[in-house]
Amino acid sequence: MSTLQIVFVLLRRELMLAMRRRGDVLTVLFFFVIVASLFPLGVGPDPKLLRLMGGGVVWVAALLAAMLSLGRMFASDYADGTLEQLVLTPTPPVVWITGKILAHWLVSGVPLILVAPVLGVQFGLSNEALGVLVLSLLLGTPVLSLIGAIGAALTLGLRGGGVLVSLLVLPLYIPVLIFGAGAVDGAMSGLGSEAHLSLLGSILILSFMLTPWAVSAALRISIE
Amino acid sequence: MLEGKDLACVRGERTLFTHLNFTLNEGELLLVQGANGSGKTSLLRMLCGLLAPEFGEILWRGEEIGAARETYHAEMAYFGHAPAVKGDLSASENLDFSCRLAGIPVDGEEVKGALGHLGLGHCLNLPTKSLSQGQRRRVALARLMLVKAKLWILDEPLTALDQAALQLVQNLIGEHLRQGGMALMTTHQPVMITGIVPKTLPLTP
Repeated sequence: MSTLQIVFVLLRRELMLAMRRRGDVLTVLFFFVIVASLFPLGVGPDPKLLRLMGGGVVWVAALLAAMLSLGRMFASDYADGTLEQLVLTPTPPVVWITGKILAHWLVSGVPLILVAPVLGVQFGLSNEALGVLVLSLLLGTPVLSLIGAIGAALTLGLRGGGVLVSLLVLPLYIPVLIFGAGAVDGAMSGLGSEAHLSLLGSILILSFMLTPWAVSAALRISIE
Repeated sequence: MLEGKDLACVRGERTLFTHLNFTLNEGELLLVQGANGSGKTSLLRMLCGLLAPEFGEILWRGEEIGAARETYHAEMAYFGHAPAVKGDLSASENLDFSCRLAGIPVDGEEVKGALGHLGLGHCLNLPTKSLSQGQRRRVALARLMLVKAKLWILDEPLTALDQAALQLVQNLIGEHLRQGGMALMTTHQPVMITGIVPKTLPLTP
């Protein structure tokens, strides 16, 4: 079977597992919605203020929600021996690791992108800013899954891995947050968001090329 | 042919074994023997390539297993402590996915046949989390029938199985050996396979 077929089989399996455990997917989504909705309650209902911080708040909430779902990326496969079996297939690890990261993004990143416009409306973002918000999340959330995979792989099987993964990964998310929220800001203030989006795109390409190798090395250490 | 030359295993600060030598030829069964904690599982994981040996080398058809990774993994099947069975998937889905991920396309009939052979014909479509531990291990063992690997590395394949399944699995191993396969396993149970005299490999520090 070709490598593409292996990725396809893995995707099908991950999506089927996600469908059987819909609760896990929905938890992350509700977390995202609730975190973003807490801000207006905390800082008050001033529309000008909310419009100003809307993009940033949605982005921070997306970051935290992505964080929450990282633990599951490899943990259950590690616990039940599936990960060992994957390592022992003739397929190069980078191939199925890319498949797993892609599946993680489909299951926990895409729902966030779909819900984000609703949250944006809640903050009174303009139509143009809503479009940019979705676009920036479309470019940014895969990076969250990619970088997060390194943290998830490194903390596999460790006690308190959940907290550790936040400490490892959150600092690495900072550039994504800056350019993601910056793009929405740019659209709101009329300064334009192309520069921010291009930078997000380049971060995506770079991390797509490099992280599977880093994850592969991290998994080798964790499995041993 | 699988060959271990002068292998040593160190876990933490403990030396589990040193100067371990063995060869395994076609049609042979090698029983790894030793007390709990003597490094049986570590040795098996080493032979799979999951764990790097502290010293020595492992050769598959004369080539280092690290260098021949792809061919070696295509010809080797590992049955570990954890059965690699997903509780949310049914027995047949589990088997189908694990074979396909190993690069072996299987059809529904083959999957059904293998599971039926191991006595799981009546629970093909139940989520495996509702099966017993022994039944889950049978699902994992059924994989061995489908992936058609030359070398089987089995870590305690006989635990948690009932009498009928014990016999079934030993017959399975016997059949595999008669067809020119090789097997290497650990077990604390007596192994009786007709026509096969197993070689033994005791592990001592």
